[in-house]
Amino acid sequence: MQEIPRRKFLNIMLGGVLGTVASAVLYSIVKFILPPEIPQAVLSNVVAGKVGDLQPNSGKIFKFGNKPGILIMTPSGTYKAFSAICTHLDCTVQYRSDFQHIWCACHNGRFDLNGKNIAGPPPSPLEEYNVAVVKEEIIVSKKA
Amino acid sequence: MIMENTKSNRKPYWFFSRYPIDGLVEFFKRKAVPIHRHTIWYYLGGTTLFLFAIQAVTGILLLLYYRPTEEAAFASVQFIMTKVRFGWLIRSVHSWSANLMVLSCFIHMFSTFLLKAYRSPREFSWITGSLLLFITLAFGFSGYLLPWNEISYFGTRVATESIASIPVIGHYLLVFFRGGEDVSGATLTRFFGFHVAVLPLLLTMLLIVHLLMVQVQGMSVPPSVESQPGPRPKTSPFFPNFILKDALGWLITLGLLAMLAALYPWELGVKADPFAPAPAGIKPEWYFLFLFQTLKYIPATIFSLSGEMIAVMTFSVVGILWALVPFIDRRANRGLKSPVFTIIGIGAIAYIVIMTIVACMASKQ
Repeated sequence: MQEIPRRKFLNIMLGGVLGTVASAVLYSIVKFILPPEIPQAVLSNVVAGKVGDLQPNSGKIFKFGNKPGILIMTPSGTYKAFSAICTHLDCTVQYRSDFQHIWCACHNGRFDLNGKNIAGPPPSPLEEYNVAVVKEEIIVSKKA
Repeated sequence: MIMENTKSNRKPYWFFSRYPIDGLVEFFKRKAVPIHRHTIWYYLGGTTLFLFAIQAVTGILLLLYYRPTEEAAFASVQFIMTKVRFGWLIRSVHSWSANLMVLSCFIHMFSTFLLKAYRSPREFSWITGSLLLFITLAFGFSGYLLPWNEISYFGTRVATESIASIPVIGHYLLVFFRGGEDVSGATLTRFFGFHVAVLPLLLTMLLIVHLLMVQVQGMSVPPSVESQPGPRPKTSPFFPNFILKDALGWLITLGLLAMLAALYPWELGVKADPFAPAPAGIKPEWYFLFLFQTLKYIPATIFSLSGEMIAVMTFSVVGILWALVPFIDRRANRGLKSPVFTIIGIGAIAYIVIMTIVACMASKQ
């Protein structure tokens, strides 16, 4: 069996020990830096407002858990609800009564009254929610 | 104090007998700065350093009252500006000086680029300088969120979301910067930590290395001056001549800063509301405007790839190539003129200036 010189052996051991310590330290630091995932209560529906809150051709932001949603009363008087998070870069959209569609102020992205991206940089439509009116309350729920 | 009473050695004996730094003193006595038609650009580094010193002092003062939580941040800055004596001035000086520091950094970088001071043997001065500029921009980005106002909140959402488009590591980076999936109080706490601990430490360490390199190698003489026939350019002593002129520049900078801070106090805006629509006219700080404007022109998809991702990747690659320019511009390394890189430098300045103006005009419409 070939003998390993004493110096080489010590260098390998020292390198191994240093590498192990460095990996253990770095691993715990990286794990510490990335925040733990906090489970959120899954909401199936929320009350987005009351009948009478909105006039035709207007909209408002409501809380869907910890995310913003947008409730719209179209010019023809029907309710529509979408996620208010722009699919481009995470800004919160708004309803523009002068354009009669949904608008994102950050990069001039536009969505029609079905949530479809029609102009500007947004790459995909807004997530649409179901809307139901129950006892004067406007209930918004996620589509199955 | 015990002093050697001889004419040849009048320095404080007590100190120098314990710490023999005569070599360093001699070095600064002999240090000289070349004098030629581009000498004025040598002062920009000192101006940036001066503005950093102002940032450190005013930043420490603001720390005495600022509270880095989602609930208290905006109110604490409001308190600084309305109740604390000279609070409005300290905050205004901090904000204006940050912007002037970035401007001074950019001018320093572009003058260094156009004078080809990055060429051999100063490659690492250029690389440390590039990293210093990157850290300065990170200072601006992290400090922007700290007042927790509407514009900075949405600006941070946009900027961190665009990081997420980087392939493979994008989402991890987003979570790392935001401290979660959304911009929230966790993001504010993180940005505060970066702004007052991590970045100052990194910047100070790199600055020491950068300054040491500049001191050891001296100022670079541009190839256009070096190649001229005749004697080498004249020099001027670093101490006191150059330092005094530098100090004059600092005094002018301080005057400009005081004028800007007093006449145009930095606004606080409206407190951030995560459930309010993004306000119209949202835009980042002026030094990120050219990137912001470019993003507006990028289509949503290019060859079925995300336009966002292509833009972010392109800017990252350009930034890395820019930092590695000493190893790319081989003509400059041989002391020859390299007009292609001069054109690239002028092109980069023109692109940044034009895109910034277009973005400013668009936001006013």
